[in-house]
Amino acid sequence: MGMDRREFIRISGLAALLGLSGKGAFELVRPGQVEAAVAAKPGAEGVVRWAMVVNMQKMDEATAKKCIEACHRVHNVPDFTKPKDAKDAVPPEVLNRYEVKWLWTEHFHNAFPGEEPPVMPEKIARLPFLLLCNHCDNPPCVRVCPTKATFRREDGIVNMDMHRCIGCRFCMAGCPFGVRSFNWRDPRPYITQEYPGYPTREIGVVEKCTFCAERLAQNLMPACVEASRGTLIFGDLNDEKSKVRDTLKRYFTIRRKVHLGTNPQVYYIV
Amino acid sequence: MLERALIGTKRYYLLLAVLAGIFGVGFLFYLQQLKFGLGITGMGRDVSWGFYIAQFTYLVGVAASAVMVVLPYYLHNYKAFGRVTILGEFLAVAAVTMCVTFVLVDMGRPDRVFNVFKYPTPNSVMFWDIIVLNGYLLLNILIGWNVLECERHSAAPPKWIKFLSYVSIPWAVSIHTVTAFLYAGLPGRGYWLTAIMAPRFLSSAFAAGPSLLVLLCLLVRKYSKFDPGKEQIQSLAKVVTYATLINVFFFFCEVFTVFYSQIPDHMLHFQYLFAGLDGKARLVPFMWFSIVGMTITAILLTNPKLRQNENTLAALCGMVIITTWIDKGLGLMTGGFVPNPMEKVTEYAPTVPEAAITLGVWALGFLVLTLLYKVAVSIKEEISS
Repeated sequence: MGMDRREFIRISGLAALLGLSGKGAFELVRPGQVEAAVAAKPGAEGVVRWAMVVNMQKMDEATAKKCIEACHRVHNVPDFTKPKDAKDAVPPEVLNRYEVKWLWTEHFHNAFPGEEPPVMPEKIARLPFLLLCNHCDNPPCVRVCPTKATFRREDGIVNMDMHRCIGCRFCMAGCPFGVRSFNWRDPRPYITQEYPGYPTREIGVVEKCTFCAERLAQNLMPACVEASRGTLIFGDLNDEKSKVRDTLKRYFTIRRKVHLGTNPQVYYIV
Repeated sequence: MLERALIGTKRYYLLLAVLAGIFGVGFLFYLQQLKFGLGITGMGRDVSWGFYIAQFTYLVGVAASAVMVVLPYYLHNYKAFGRVTILGEFLAVAAVTMCVTFVLVDMGRPDRVFNVFKYPTPNSVMFWDIIVLNGYLLLNILIGWNVLECERHSAAPPKWIKFLSYVSIPWAVSIHTVTAFLYAGLPGRGYWLTAIMAPRFLSSAFAAGPSLLVLLCLLVRKYSKFDPGKEQIQSLAKVVTYATLINVFFFFCEVFTVFYSQIPDHMLHFQYLFAGLDGKARLVPFMWFSIVGMTITAILLTNPKLRQNENTLAALCGMVIITTWIDKGLGLMTGGFVPNPMEKVTEYAPTVPEAAITLGVWALGFLVLTLLYKVAVSIKEEISS
């Protein structure tokens, strides 16, 4: 690992001084490498970079709804408007505070604030733009997390360890896209049908879209992509022959808030 | 020395009982929060930090302001402050205690708090904030306690304590700088994305903290035989005056950059706070009261006659405390989150349990403060008799 004896002694001494041991010391030497090493590396050799294209030319309300339903179903995302037991009903005025969403829609002027031309096609102004975690190349949420509970994998996926999250919500303040949700209350009474393939959450942790890391590990496409019937295109940006790469070469796309330098990896064809 | 905190007048016990009672009520609500989750508060997915983190931020400032009595005493040999350094340091101890508690009650998973040490993450500002805050707490306990002990035996404090006192000076600046960096480095929050955040935090801290110290000195004089001293109070008043003026100046610097540049991402937050957005304007009267009140107070403080009269001084200090609290407590947190990244407006107001827990933490802090001040004042009385 390119470290001479002197350097090793210096760092291990420093680690001992800070009372670190095991993984903690390793983190000091090679920050973020532990998760990357244990993370699944789907696909062929070479570096994989997952990315998504949302083709708004094919998007409509029904498709967006199907994508959201597919995502929320396989990730056990609670719906606070539908309690399993009537006694758990949530008053309507607090629904938007508690809301957990991995995938949802906004109009153009909310999805791309400040980018809206004064005159634009009525059709586009009314389109449901699908919003999700951008899996940024330079994610502020990862930068601010005090426990590395949110981390960036080598394949570009920004993932969450919900068992490590302390619920400080620094990542929610850090994310400029508002894609992170917090479990303000127990989500389980609001999951109509529990999906066995993904864990449900407890109170007090943050969650968000994971680009379906658990499905990619089984060589499956993300749930939303599967449900979208070609409206969402997903693949390895680094693979010259991938559909996502080809699409980006053929169409001009926009991304959310690029000026902030986070380098989002969800692209929109308008 | 601690035994001094155990014996006192009836009024002293009553004060302790009242504070303990408020703390107890807050604690009961906290148990409810643990069970239900943070949804018991007024926070939500758009305004994800609220009252707790606001108080935390404000109190880091109060804690840092101890440096305003420590620095003149140790670096400029300003002997008069020797009488009040202990009050400043013990105020810092109480303030940091509240800060740490506020962070704890704000956590979704307080049971996992040690993950911060188990997986140390130097790229997170929160990691550093925890280090500097706990370090500052330790420094002030060590310094305050040892200096008081030495004073009691009329001995000079040991050299290592003097060394720690010097260390505590830049350390005090660091706690509020790092706290400002929690906010000032986030790309998508226009209200916080300003290089002047840390300077602003420090100026409002050096206005509010010494104001509180002036009030505490006046109380100590009234209810004990120890007089912190007229000169000391007047020197603190000058610190309050300059810091408040600088704080108002910084605010207008901010307003200039935001509105002359006309960048919407930055203007919208100010518009929400001072004029309302999308017809939602809950904080408007508070914000105007804060900035107008702060400006008038700063101007009045420049008048030596109003400063020298301890009644008007107390009133002005009270105004500084309230106006900076609104600015940094109410405005900073909600203003940063409204509008949200989709430029939608979700307003925030604390709920009853949230307010009760907040009061409970304040009561805990004042309980610590009362006990520590009781010890300090008893020793001071003993020496002078």
